[in-house]
Amino acid sequence: MNEELVTIFSIKHYAIHDGPDIRTTVFLKGCPLSCWWCHNPEGLNHRIELIRNLEKCIGCRECVSGCEPAALSFVERKLVKDETLCTLCYSCLEICPAMVFEPTGWKTTVAEIIQEIEKDIPFFDQSGGGVTFSGGEPLMQAPQLVRLLKECGRLSIHRAVDTTLFADSKTVMEVARHAELFLVDLKLMDEDKHRLYTGVSNRMILANLAELSNSGTEIIIRIPQIPGINDDEENIKASAEFLKKLNGRISIELLPYHSSATAKYKKLNMTYPGRDIPSSSPETIKRNRSILESYGLTVLP
Amino acid sequence: MNQRIENLRTQSFEAKPSISIERALLETQFYKENYGKYSLPVLRAMNFRHLCRHKTIYIGKEELIVGERGPEPKAVPTFPELTCHSADDLRILNSRAMTNYTIDEKDINTYEEEVVPYWHGRSMRDRIFSTVPAEWKAAYQAGLFTEFMEQRAPGHTALDGTIYTMGMLDFKAKIAGAIAELDYANDPLAADKHEELTAMDIACDAAIIFAERHAALAAQMAEGETDAVRKKELQTIAEVCRRIPANRPETFHEAIQMYWFVHLGTITELNGWDAMTPGHFDQHLYPFYEKELSAGTLTREAAKELISCLWIKVNNHTAPPKVGVTAKESGTYNDFTQINLGGVKANGTDATNEVSYICLEVSDELHLLQPQPSIHVSSKTPNRFLKAAAGVVRKGYGYPSLFNSDMVVTEQIRVGKSVEDAREGGTSGCIETGSFGKEAYILTGYLNIPKVLEVTLNNGIDPLSGNVVGIATGEAKNFTSFEQLYGAFKKQLEYIVDLKIRVNNYIERMYARYSPAPFLSVVIHDCIEKGRDYYNGGPRYNTNYIQCCGIGTVTDCLSALKTHVFEGDVPMTRLLDALASNFVNDEALRLKLINRTPFFGNDDDRADTIMQQVYNDLYATIDGKPNTKGTVYHLNMLSTTCHVYFGKMLGATPNGRFAHLPQSDGTSPSQGADMKGPTAVIKSLSKMDQAKSGGTLLNQRFLPSVLKTDQDLDKLCALIRTYFTLGGHHIQFNVVDTKTLKQAQSHPDEYKNLLVRVAGYSDYFVDLDKEHQEEIISRTEQELG
Repeated sequence: MNEELVTIFSIKHYAIHDGPDIRTTVFLKGCPLSCWWCHNPEGLNHRIELIRNLEKCIGCRECVSGCEPAALSFVERKLVKDETLCTLCYSCLEICPAMVFEPTGWKTTVAEIIQEIEKDIPFFDQSGGGVTFSGGEPLMQAPQLVRLLKECGRLSIHRAVDTTLFADSKTVMEVARHAELFLVDLKLMDEDKHRLYTGVSNRMILANLAELSNSGTEIIIRIPQIPGINDDEENIKASAEFLKKLNGRISIELLPYHSSATAKYKKLNMTYPGRDIPSSSPETIKRNRSILESYGLTVLP
Repeated sequence: MNQRIENLRTQSFEAKPSISIERALLETQFYKENYGKYSLPVLRAMNFRHLCRHKTIYIGKEELIVGERGPEPKAVPTFPELTCHSADDLRILNSRAMTNYTIDEKDINTYEEEVVPYWHGRSMRDRIFSTVPAEWKAAYQAGLFTEFMEQRAPGHTALDGTIYTMGMLDFKAKIAGAIAELDYANDPLAADKHEELTAMDIACDAAIIFAERHAALAAQMAEGETDAVRKKELQTIAEVCRRIPANRPETFHEAIQMYWFVHLGTITELNGWDAMTPGHFDQHLYPFYEKELSAGTLTREAAKELISCLWIKVNNHTAPPKVGVTAKESGTYNDFTQINLGGVKANGTDATNEVSYICLEVSDELHLLQPQPSIHVSSKTPNRFLKAAAGVVRKGYGYPSLFNSDMVVTEQIRVGKSVEDAREGGTSGCIETGSFGKEAYILTGYLNIPKVLEVTLNNGIDPLSGNVVGIATGEAKNFTSFEQLYGAFKKQLEYIVDLKIRVNNYIERMYARYSPAPFLSVVIHDCIEKGRDYYNGGPRYNTNYIQCCGIGTVTDCLSALKTHVFEGDVPMTRLLDALASNFVNDEALRLKLINRTPFFGNDDDRADTIMQQVYNDLYATIDGKPNTKGTVYHLNMLSTTCHVYFGKMLGATPNGRFAHLPQSDGTSPSQGADMKGPTAVIKSLSKMDQAKSGGTLLNQRFLPSVLKTDQDLDKLCALIRTYFTLGGHHIQFNVVDTKTLKQAQSHPDEYKNLLVRVAGYSDYFVDLDKEHQEEIISRTEQELG
């Protein structure tokens, strides 16, 4: 892996749901988990793909004449691509006026990302906000992440990392040295269920969380409320039992679920395992909030 | 809101705007008998007194604050001395679907017989159009600019606190003093001053007569009233109207009634743009509030009720109907009474007080069309007040709008006002900066900057009509560099601005001569001291503004030309052909322009430096040009709804915009051009040196979901504070989702109450024409989270 470059899939300004105050969120591409309900499927794969939004195509054929390996052609007035000929030169991306071709992410440098974050410093200064590195799973590009965090630290920007903690503990602790806030996804306490719905075991995650909480880093635990999967009393109580034992500055946020990513999956030509999951019910979230509070835990509004 | 307020609110909300011909008949009769017998200032004052003496007086059921300009709520008089509607105009107003004004056929016939013949050739509009040069008409008809003064009087006036310390009798004494000091031996203008001062004196009498008639009516109604509570109220009204406006107010009730009589006087005398505004009303009322609260003669609830009564009075006063181009540029019932809340005191300290909160609460509870509160945020404004305002913003009425007091002060100090006068100033109309109670800041008309570029690309010709409307600055296809094109644009701009100013200066003299406003002059410093009218350089400060429209669109167009023609591979001829054909055969080029051009509003210096260049050249072209009062022109940056009219008059543009669609509004980015959210928009806007303007206007649309929680409001407040720290003048928010707007379009009856932010003001969505509705829907939705 080239440590100079970072693979990201979005930078969002005035991100108001990724930590306190006005934030800028950088989404690093690639994730070791594959949660059924993932709403950023473009962040799952570390590799950049080129998707085609054929509904935008106006048939001008400028891409065909500009494609050196002749991978693109029109068959019955419809754009087709011979994947075997494509050299991923991206000239079609540059040429197409209608933005039919869309990469699922891009490689960039630490300096370029910092330049983009820096633009929002006046808003951080006013609100107390800062940057959040999210994903995907940002720990998958830990060396780059550490360099980004160090640079932001140098600029006195408040730093948060939004992570599943699915990484070796050395990596987690190295990142923790350079971040002021961790937003940690806690999905399921039952290991088998965790394996079923996310593709991986939760052991390493829970161990990392315990270790992280001892380090004094501020942590916001985020529990997505996925109806029928993890919003039952049993899971909430098990989560509460676990969280109660942790040290340090910990608060909890319950995130309501909406199956809003259908279009994204379709565009990416991926199956959406969570497409039939209904939206969270406010009553359940309210109940779960009181359960957590009954354990003496702080739940954010 | 209590039952009284709810009843009055419902009545005001449901009353349909109608046209009353009473004022026109009284005035025509007066002019027929008296024109030529008196000097014009005296004639105008006597006309005003005639109206105050004879117009129908109205005191509504349950009202506490009294007085209507027409015979009843929402009955709007006409001002034939400025623009005389024809019988056809009136019939159109009566029958058109949008912003309709009812008038019955009998009144139309009377108008046609009694009013129209007298004013033909005598109205200001007729006088203006009979003298303007052909090249002005060509440019005007092409939509290069509008002219404000062709049918309403110059306005946007706001008052300072003087009327709460001086009654009309005090003003009369001051006027008498000024007359006594006239030096006929050494002052060649002494005789003119005498006429003007005499007129002001008559105008003071007129206001007193008007109030006394209300006192008499209230007393008479009290006698016949069986309900003891109402009887007492009517007696109080009678007492107040006997004292006010002759004397300075002593109570909270009197202070509000004082303002209202002055307001009514100014909008009866003439129909100045944007009616009238009390300015910093919270600051003016607070001493009365504080005094009475501690004396135990007023409660917070009673104060709130009286303020609510005033709000309803303002809402009863629909704008006088316009005709022609002016109706297109501003199709609304709104007569903009922008009430400034918060801000700073003359001594520079924070001015927020309990009345500021009460006024905000009243606006929230009544959410009427008018008045529209604005929140003035200085670095000293408490967060609690800003957050209370954000809580109302979240409701989605489109107001309050938010202004940066510190910038408003800086703008005024830059043009030479004293720091105290600047702090007592604020904003009126949409976003216009002025020194309240001491300045005539005259808006002269909108300037269509993208159209100037279109004419440049066509060597002085309007491609829509084929007419010559500008000057020859070279064939676009021969330009070899961006600088060459830009130089031609600048020359064209200078020509158009000069053309506009030449005519404005002429019109300005016509107002000074034919339409003095002696009553308005009484309440604006230093008209009495100078013995000069408000329209003739009487005020302490005199400013002319040209309102520049479409900075977003023109920046994007120039950026597209630079990127694709001069630095890219698109031949100028291909672009010109595509524009001429409205892109019908070159959608590929249109998409390339839209998708691959750095646009304004993304914190992208490639576009933002072009904005700076255009803005600086507008400034260089307009700022400092002389008006006829020994002072100068400045620019401000707003479009009201004119960006829709100007868009209609504009062909396809190099930013990929189809012909006739709206151009960018105010200083906002073009519709859909900003892709990076509100922080990037704010950063782009902060690169405009707004201190050199008389106001800018930034519209942002937020989805309700972005403002759900208390923390979301804190973030909104931080966003606003950041913009102001970076030198922004104004920001306003439309908080409503597209779904709701679309539903309102298809079921207007169910959404009669839906207020949306249009320009520097809110309007009922269902009252907007289709183009404005679509434009609001297409404005960038900051879809976050």
